[in-house]
Amino acid sequence: MRVGVLALQGAFAEHVAKLKACGIDAFEIRQLSDISRSFDGIVLPGGESTVMKKLLHELGLFKPIKKLISEGLPVLATCAGMILLAKELEGGESSCFGTMDVTVKRNAYGRQPGSFRCVDKFNGVFVEMPFIRAPYVTKAGKGVDILSVHENRIVAIRQKNQIAAAFHPELTDNDTVYKYFVGIMEARR
Amino acid sequence: MSERYQLNKELAQMLKGGVIMDVTTPEQAKIAQEAGACAVMALERIPADIRAAGGVSRMSDPGMIRSIQEAVSIPVMAKCRIGHFAEAQILEAIEIDYIDESEVLSPADDVYHVDKRKFSVPFVCGARDLGEALRRINEGASMIRTKGEPGTGDIVQAVRHMRKMNSDIRKIVSLREDELFEEAKQLQVPYELVKQVHDTGRLPVVNFAAGGVATPADAALMMQLGAEGVFVGSGIFKSGDPAKRATAIVQAVTNYEDAKLIAQLSAGLGEAMVGINEQEIQLLMAERGK
Repeated sequence: MRVGVLALQGAFAEHVAKLKACGIDAFEIRQLSDISRSFDGIVLPGGESTVMKKLLHELGLFKPIKKLISEGLPVLATCAGMILLAKELEGGESSCFGTMDVTVKRNAYGRQPGSFRCVDKFNGVFVEMPFIRAPYVTKAGKGVDILSVHENRIVAIRQKNQIAAAFHPELTDNDTVYKYFVGIMEARR
Repeated sequence: MSERYQLNKELAQMLKGGVIMDVTTPEQAKIAQEAGACAVMALERIPADIRAAGGVSRMSDPGMIRSIQEAVSIPVMAKCRIGHFAEAQILEAIEIDYIDESEVLSPADDVYHVDKRKFSVPFVCGARDLGEALRRINEGASMIRTKGEPGTGDIVQAVRHMRKMNSDIRKIVSLREDELFEEAKQLQVPYELVKQVHDTGRLPVVNFAAGGVATPADAALMMQLGAEGVFVGSGIFKSGDPAKRATAIVQAVTNYEDAKLIAQLSAGLGEAMVGINEQEIQLLMAERGK
């Protein structure tokens, strides 16, 4: 099983390490030539979504990746990745891929002093959740399954092939989110 | 390790592979964000102008920093003087995302650095070698950058500091475990930090390059030498076409090993900052705060 991790900016190395620890062949996507071979899933990591969005366009990655996602390529998006997938952003900012029928608020918990760690349920299983200048979902469409709610805020969602979490599973020792992602990839094979 | 310190180290992890740009106005902050900066450093004068103006250089006006916080969605950093914990308290009070306890400003204390463990806000500090880096980390810094030589546009010192840091780390990795105690004594840092470097082969926190980066090639050089991201101070807004140069440096940091791409990025960027060679300068900022 091969998984590409978008490596334009942010905490991509942490995802690569986690995937490898789960026995998955993970590789970095920095430019168009990196996605010439087929792969089973893609990870959109945490970092700054404004940077990733800009580089996706400049490096010609935006259209091919959007096409792959629309065709059903499994996606795991964390933090900034959730912003990239959201159809709408609070405050009227333009979306990036816009493939998930949700509205997301960026920096929803405020600046760095608002960052926190907690333990809560992801798809019914308790996991550690680091939130770093994190977003959350303010509105979810009908086809969206809610995987995590923390203090009345939606913080993890699934829509068909796409999973998005406002927190960072790559910064914890827990594999629950990755196993869930692997399940989606296996089902598609 | 406290949960807050862990979160602060993790925010630095989110900045990796990115470019942090010095800005002096909300307009510059917007240009930086649109060019792909992963954070901005809000300050009244960029290092090249601090150098030119001389005199005592202090923390920026909190009102000006606030206006920059309101202008962008990316993290905003600001500098306090070395040892000036009251300036740091003020920056924490305005919910800055990261404080740079910086040798670019005039030091407020020639003996003690800020006790950064007392703060919940994260700190980044400059270092020229592993000893300095671990001393700052022991004081509570959650991110390190090379000192380089700010405001010069001369990369030589950043290169020297990055190479020194990495060779210091390689040396520790190669030591026998019973030799680490003596090494900790030599570096004037706790044994636990030396042991951590020995076991992991890297600094316990994210390490960026800073001080003298002026071109996409400079950025690529520092990334290839092991930097996890780059600060660009005077290099952008002292150049002919800031937006274009900023964009090019951002791309060069992401694809730092792709020389063909960096060749394209480096073409027609307009004038780079003039710069000063290290032999020509009176004041070595990197000598501040050891």
